[in-house]
Amino acid sequence: MTESKQIFGYRRENGRVGIRNHVIILPLDDLSNAASEAVANNIKGTLALPHHYGRLQFGEDLELHFRTLIGTGSNPNVAACVVIGIEPGWTKRVVDGIARTGKPVTGFSIEQQGDIATIAAASRTAKEYLHWASEIRRDPCGIEDLWISHKCGESDTTSGIGANPTVGNLIDKLDPLGATNCFGETSELTGAELLCKDRAATPEIGEKFYATWKAYMDEVIEPHKTNDLSESQPTKGNIEGGLTTIEEKALGNLQKIGKHTSYIDVLKPAEEPKSGPGLYFMDTSSAAAECVTLQAAAGFVVHVFPTGQGNIIGHPIEPVIKLTANPRTVRTMGEHVDLDVSGILRRELTMDEAGDLLIDMTIRTCNGRLTAAEALGHREFVMTKLYRSA
Amino acid sequence: MTNNKAPEFPPDFLVHDDVDSVGVIVVEKLTAGQTLTGWVIDTDETITVDAIDDIPLGHKIALTDLTDGDKVIKYGFPIGRTVASISKGGHVHVHNTKTEKW
Repeated sequence: MTESKQIFGYRRENGRVGIRNHVIILPLDDLSNAASEAVANNIKGTLALPHHYGRLQFGEDLELHFRTLIGTGSNPNVAACVVIGIEPGWTKRVVDGIARTGKPVTGFSIEQQGDIATIAAASRTAKEYLHWASEIRRDPCGIEDLWISHKCGESDTTSGIGANPTVGNLIDKLDPLGATNCFGETSELTGAELLCKDRAATPEIGEKFYATWKAYMDEVIEPHKTNDLSESQPTKGNIEGGLTTIEEKALGNLQKIGKHTSYIDVLKPAEEPKSGPGLYFMDTSSAAAECVTLQAAAGFVVHVFPTGQGNIIGHPIEPVIKLTANPRTVRTMGEHVDLDVSGILRRELTMDEAGDLLIDMTIRTCNGRLTAAEALGHREFVMTKLYRSA
Repeated sequence: MTNNKAPEFPPDFLVHDDVDSVGVIVVEKLTAGQTLTGWVIDTDETITVDAIDDIPLGHKIALTDLTDGDKVIKYGFPIGRTVASISKGGHVHVHNTKTEKW
């Protein structure tokens, strides 16, 4: 790296480090969005995370719903959390899960109260949490405290040439320093699945990845597939940007994990890494908001997002840093771009230099620089649903 | 962007691997008939190809004559198969190349 920089973050009760200090209002279910948004409107500086689900789910789909909500509330970027649900039982399950981190969390349920009384009570608690959180100071932290997630979107051929290998350069440099990194996008590794399998730290972990990829192919793609997946893989934007097939897109995608870093485990969607620092693969959708939401729920505090044609995603609590190597995207939608690495295409910038610039931007973001997505109010919070509700 | 090195020439297209049959156009407003300069990243070689189509930024150019059914190679690996013949310098995309996966 060109220079070492001190990182200042919020060290939470469980020892994890956050880079933001949010007080969130988390709805258990779709019905509780209105009350949650009313509380966030009452108490300025808190943040509601509305979403669409939480009713009549069951089995693994329900487990994933709880894992995503509890994980989001537990994320170190959240200082304190108010949970609102339609009824007390499942609300308490989310509260108890978040409380294991040691952070302040209180649940409110609407049945037998109505929205207005619930909003009043929850607003008083949210206000106390906000006062408390606003006095928490940042402390010096290290690279080993950083959990960084990665996903590319609206990719084009410049992603595989420039932006994705820049992310790979960051991972190759920060992995030996003890950072925890995560990539995902199960379907989008199709065509590079054997290369990805070979990048596992052990043959057993490689087999675990391959079984995860194959399960998605067998259970979802094969029964439902259409010609070119209905222009979803590659997307219309990918094709406009010059990507022709899923294999081409996958080979470009895999540039994100660098040249020599191996992944040390395979995670279920929203599963917290438990094998220590290193690179992890997570079984996720390749849709940007779903993937980032799952990674944030697993505890990742900052996201690095390379794009080609210009995906504009953000997330409510995990800042999303955007980089692109496409000079047209820089020119036409520069307000969404945190880091321009289009110099790689003109041979003005080496990959090593681009990686250093990205590390610098990541550390600045961790220290408080707001990302383009934060400034523009992008707060995409999208639950992954495994199958139809009962 | 600051850079201490003497700037290299800005290429018209980039090639990932020296076995690739396609390169990626990295300039805008390229038209048929232009002689293009390309940089092979893998080997640091410079090559030239005459474009026979207008090819947009980010789209691929054939570096060799391809016949119907040939594998298209990029990053040193197959990215699909041609469904029409493509002459050297031609535009390689969804109109003449298809995935082998679905």
